[in-house]
Amino acid sequence: MTNLMLAWAITTAQVLIGLAMLCAAYRMLVGPRVQDRVLGLDTLYVNAMLMLVTFGIQTGRTLYFEAALIIALLGFVGTVTLAKFLMRGEVIE
Amino acid sequence: MPIACPNGWGRECTDAAPPPVKRNTAPPGDTEISAATADLLWVLLALPFAGSLLAALLPARARNAAGLVAGGTALVGALLTALLYSSLADGALRAEIAWLPSLGLDLVLRLDGLAWIFAFLVLAIGFLVVVYARYYMSPEDPVPRFFAFFLAFMGSMLGLVLSGNLVQLVFFWELTSLFSFLLIGYWHHNETARKGARMALIVTAAGGVCLLVGVLLVGKIVGSYDLDEVLAAGDLVRSSELYLPALVLILLGAFTKSAQFPFHFWLPHAMAAPTPVSAYLHSATMVKAGIFLMIRLWPVLAGTDAWYLIVTTVGLATMGIGAWAAIFQQDLKGLLAYSTISHLGLITLLLGLDSPLAAVAAIFHTLNHATFKASLFMAAGIIDHEAGTRDLRRLSGLYRFMPYTATLAMVAAAAMAGVPLLNGFLSKEMFLAEALDTHSGTPIDAALPYLATAALALSVLYSVRFIHQAFFGPPPVGLPKQPHEAPFWMRVPIEVLVLACLVVGTLPAITVGPFLDTAVRSVLGSATPAYSLAIWHGFNRPLLLSLVALAGGGAGYLIFRERLNAMSGAPLIGRFKGRKGFDAVLASIVNTARALERRLGTVRLQPQLKLLAAIACLAAFLPFGRYGYSLGDATGTIADPGFVVIWLVGGACAIGAAWQAKYRRLAALILMAGAGLVSCISFVWLSAPDLALTQLLVETVTTVLLLLGLRWLPKQRPDVWPAGRPPLAVRLRRGSDLLIAIAAGCGMALISYAVMTRPLGESLSTFFLERAYAEGGGRNVVNVILVDFRALDTLGEIAVLAIVGVTVFSLLRRFRPAEESVRAPEQQLLQNAADEAREGRRVGDTLTDYLLVPRIIMEWLFPFIIVFALYLLVRGHDLPGGGFAAGVTMSIALILQYVASGTRSVEARLRVRPLSWIGVGLLVATATGAGAWLFGYPFLTSWFDYAELPLIGRVPLASALVFDLGVFILVVGATALMLIALAHQSIRTPMKRARPAEPS
Repeated sequence: MTNLMLAWAITTAQVLIGLAMLCAAYRMLVGPRVQDRVLGLDTLYVNAMLMLVTFGIQTGRTLYFEAALIIALLGFVGTVTLAKFLMRGEVIE
Repeated sequence: MPIACPNGWGRECTDAAPPPVKRNTAPPGDTEISAATADLLWVLLALPFAGSLLAALLPARARNAAGLVAGGTALVGALLTALLYSSLADGALRAEIAWLPSLGLDLVLRLDGLAWIFAFLVLAIGFLVVVYARYYMSPEDPVPRFFAFFLAFMGSMLGLVLSGNLVQLVFFWELTSLFSFLLIGYWHHNETARKGARMALIVTAAGGVCLLVGVLLVGKIVGSYDLDEVLAAGDLVRSSELYLPALVLILLGAFTKSAQFPFHFWLPHAMAAPTPVSAYLHSATMVKAGIFLMIRLWPVLAGTDAWYLIVTTVGLATMGIGAWAAIFQQDLKGLLAYSTISHLGLITLLLGLDSPLAAVAAIFHTLNHATFKASLFMAAGIIDHEAGTRDLRRLSGLYRFMPYTATLAMVAAAAMAGVPLLNGFLSKEMFLAEALDTHSGTPIDAALPYLATAALALSVLYSVRFIHQAFFGPPPVGLPKQPHEAPFWMRVPIEVLVLACLVVGTLPAITVGPFLDTAVRSVLGSATPAYSLAIWHGFNRPLLLSLVALAGGGAGYLIFRERLNAMSGAPLIGRFKGRKGFDAVLASIVNTARALERRLGTVRLQPQLKLLAAIACLAAFLPFGRYGYSLGDATGTIADPGFVVIWLVGGACAIGAAWQAKYRRLAALILMAGAGLVSCISFVWLSAPDLALTQLLVETVTTVLLLLGLRWLPKQRPDVWPAGRPPLAVRLRRGSDLLIAIAAGCGMALISYAVMTRPLGESLSTFFLERAYAEGGGRNVVNVILVDFRALDTLGEIAVLAIVGVTVFSLLRRFRPAEESVRAPEQQLLQNAADEAREGRRVGDTLTDYLLVPRIIMEWLFPFIIVFALYLLVRGHDLPGGGFAAGVTMSIALILQYVASGTRSVEARLRVRPLSWIGVGLLVATATGAGAWLFGYPFLTSWFDYAELPLIGRVPLASALVFDLGVFILVVGATALMLIALAHQSIRTPMKRARPAEPS
C-alpha cells in the first residue's frame, strides 16, 4: 500500500515538475526580455534538481542525489554570470 | 620478362646464397663473445649521433671543441670498426632488437664484409674530412652546427650500411638526404646554397619514396624485410610478377642518390656546400649509397634482362655525359662534380654488366674513387681557400706558391686519370677487361669498349686540364688573394689519402686485397670469381686501351686547351639542362596546387563547416543505401511520462537556440544551457551518472566561456540589407544550411532509434567491467579506464589540452578587439555616469552595492566548492568523479571569485598561475607513469592497495590517484588559463588604467 502510494506520488511529482519545466522553457523561448529568459533558465535548473531527487527516491540509488547536489551547488553559476553580463555588459571586469 | 635463372647470356649462374650468418650457430662457449661483439654495433651506430648532439649543444664559437668532438667520434668509430674486422672471419655479425616483430620491423644491425668496407670508408674518410674542415671553416661560421650536422650525417650513413632490415635501410637513407640538405644549405645566407640544397633534397627524397615502395614490394614478395632472408630469396624475387616494378622503383632510388642520368643535375648544384661536405658527402659517401644499395641487392635483383638493360644503359649514359660535361667546366668543383658523376656512371655500368668479375671491379672502384676524389676535392678547397677563386681560367702557375698541395693533387689526379702504379689504374684495367668481354651481343655490348675508352680519354683530359690549368703556366694575375701554401693540418688528410692511392696502386694484393676479398665474398658468396689484383697482367688488350685513353686524353688537352678555356658550357648536351626540367616540374606542381587551392579552397568558415557537415552526413547515410534501414525488435518500449516532458523541453530549447543563434546570441546561449541541462538529466536517467556529472560541470564552464567571448563580438548591423529582405543568393544559402541541419538531425535520430531498439550486444565494456576492480583496483570503471587501462590515451589528451590552453593564451595576447567593442559596455558607462552625477557616491559604487550579497555568497562558497572538487578527485577511482570533473569544478570556483570581485581584486589576493599549473600537472602525470619503470614495469603501470589510517579507517591507495592528481592540476590550469585570458581582455582596453595584466 505504502509502496504503491509512494510510486503514485513520485510519478505525480515527476509529471508536475515536468509541467513546471515546460512553463520555464516557455518563458525561455518566448522572453520577451532577456531577463525573463535568464529567470526561466534558473527555474529550469531548480526543477531539474527536484526531478533528479524524485528519480533518486524512485530508484533508491544515491548517485542521483549527487547529480542533484551538483546542480544545487553550481547550478546558480550560469544565472549569476548571465545576470552580471546583463548588468555590466561583461562577466569579469 | 624476368627470367628465373640469371643465365641470360651464357655466363655462369650468379645466383648464390650469401655466406652463412652468424646467429646462434656458434659453439656454446663462443656465443656470448660473438653476441657481445655484435652488441658493439649499437655502440658504433650510436656514437656519431651522440657526438652530434654534444656538438649541437656547444656554443656557436666553440670551433676547437666541436672539432675535437667530431674528430674524436670519427676516430673512435674508425678504430672500433677496424677492431670488428677480425670477427667477420666466419660470417656476418648481427645484432637485433625486436621492435614490431608482428610487422616484420625489427632493428637489425648487420656487419658483413661489404658493410664493413663501407663503414670503414665512412668513418675513416669522415675523420680526415673533420680534420680538414676544422681548418677550412672560417671562425665566423657557426662551426659546432656544421659538425653536428656532419656527425649526424655520418651516423645516418653508418646506419644505412649497417642496416640488416630493408625498411630500416630506407629510414637511414632518408636521414642521409635530410642531413645532406642541411649541410648543402649550411651557408643559408647564400641563395645558391639554399636552392642547391632544396634541389638535392627534392630529387633524393623523391627517389627515397620510390625506394621505400620498391622495398615494400620486395618485402611482399619475400615475406620479410630482413636482409638475410631477402638475400637468400633471389630466385623468388626474380621470378615474381612484381619483380619489374620493384626493380624499377629501387633503381630510381639508387639512381637519384648516386646522381645517375637523368637525375644527375642535383650534384653540380650541391657544390654550393662547403668543400669538406663536397669531399665527404658528394664524392666519398652519400652518392655511393645508391651504388652500395645496388651492390647489396645485386644477388637478389641482378641477372635479368631488365637489370642489364636499365642499369647498363643508365650507367653508360651517365659515364659519357658526366665525362663530356666535365671537360668544359671552368669551376674546379664543377669539374670534380661532373667527374664524380662520370665515375659513378662507370660503377653503375659495371654493376649492370651482370658478371661477378664486374661486381668485384665495381666494389674496388668505389673504394678507389672515394680516396682519390675526396683528396682532389680537398685540394680544390685549398686552392679556393688560399687563392680566393676556383675559376680554372683565372688560376695559373700555383705550383710555385703551393708545391706540396700541387704534388698531392697531381698524384690524386693521376689516380683519377688511371695512370699506372696508382689505385685508379687497377680498377680501370678491370673495367676495361669487362668492357671487352662479350656479354649479350647487343649493340651496347659491341660498342662498349670504344665508349669506355672514349670516356676514359675524357677522364684523362679533364684530369690533365685540372692540374695543368691550376698549377702550371705563368704566375696568376689578379687573384683575390695572394696564394700561399695551406696550413699543415689541412694537408695531412690529403697526404693520407694520396698515400693510400699510392700504396694500393703499387701493392694491391697485400694492402687492400684481403678487405676487398671479404667484401666480395659477402656479396657473391660461392660465386666469387677468381680475380687478380696484380699490376702487370702482361701486354693485353685492356692495357692497350688504357694507353690509348691516356695518349688520347693528353693529346686532346694539348689540341683543345685554348678552346676549352673559351667555352662557357658543354656543347651538344648544354641544351639539356636538368635544372630547367626540374624547375619546370616544380613550378607546374606548385601552380597546380595553387590553382586547386584557388578553385577548391576557401578561407571562410561558413563554407568549410557546411562542407564538413554535408560530407559527414553523406558518409553516415551511405551504409544505409547499401544495407537498408530496419528497426530492432524493441520498438514498443513505453516511454516514461517524466522523461517525455523533459525531452520536449530539451528539444524546444535546442531548436530555439538554433533559431536565435544568428541575431540574438544571448537568447541562444540561454536556450543552449537549457538543452544542455536536459541532456545531463537524460544521462542520469539512462544510468550514466559519471557522464552526467562531467557534462553538468562542462555546461557551466561553457556558459561562462561563451559569455566572456560575447563581450567582444561585434553587434548586429541593421544596415547590411537596406531593402530589408536579404537577396536570393543569401536566402538560398540559408535554405541549404537548414536542409543540411534537418538531414543531419533526422539521420542522427534515425540511427539512434535503430540502435536503441536492438538488444545491446557483447561489447568491449564487458572486458572492462570484469577487469576494472581485479586489475585496476577501482570500482568506477570509467575512471579506471581513463587512468589505468587507457592511461596513455589520457596522457596524450591532457597534453593536447595543455597545448590548446597555451595556444589560446598566446593567441589572445595578440588579440585586438573590433573598434566598436573596445570601449566599456553601455551599462557600465550609464552606471558610472549615474555614480558621478550623484553627490557622495564614487564611481563603481553601484556595482559594489548591487553585488554585495552575491559577492559574499560566492566568496563564502569558494572553500566549499574546493572541498567538493577534492572530494570528486579522491573518490574518483570508486565512484563518479575523477581528475577531470574535479579540475573543472575547481576552475568554476576560481571563476566565481573573478565574477564576484573582478580581476584586479582577485589577483591581488590569490596567486593565479595557470601556466605553472599546467606544467606541474603534466609533470606529475608523466612522472607517475615513469615511476613504474623504477619497479621494472612498463610505463604507466598502476599499483593499488589498501591502507589503515587512524580515525578514517581503511583507505584505498592507488598510484592511479596520483596520475589523476596530475590530470586535475592540469585541467584546472588549462581551463583557468583560457577563461582568465579572455577575462583579462577587459582590463587591457585603453579606456582603463594600463597595467601588465597577463595571467602569469
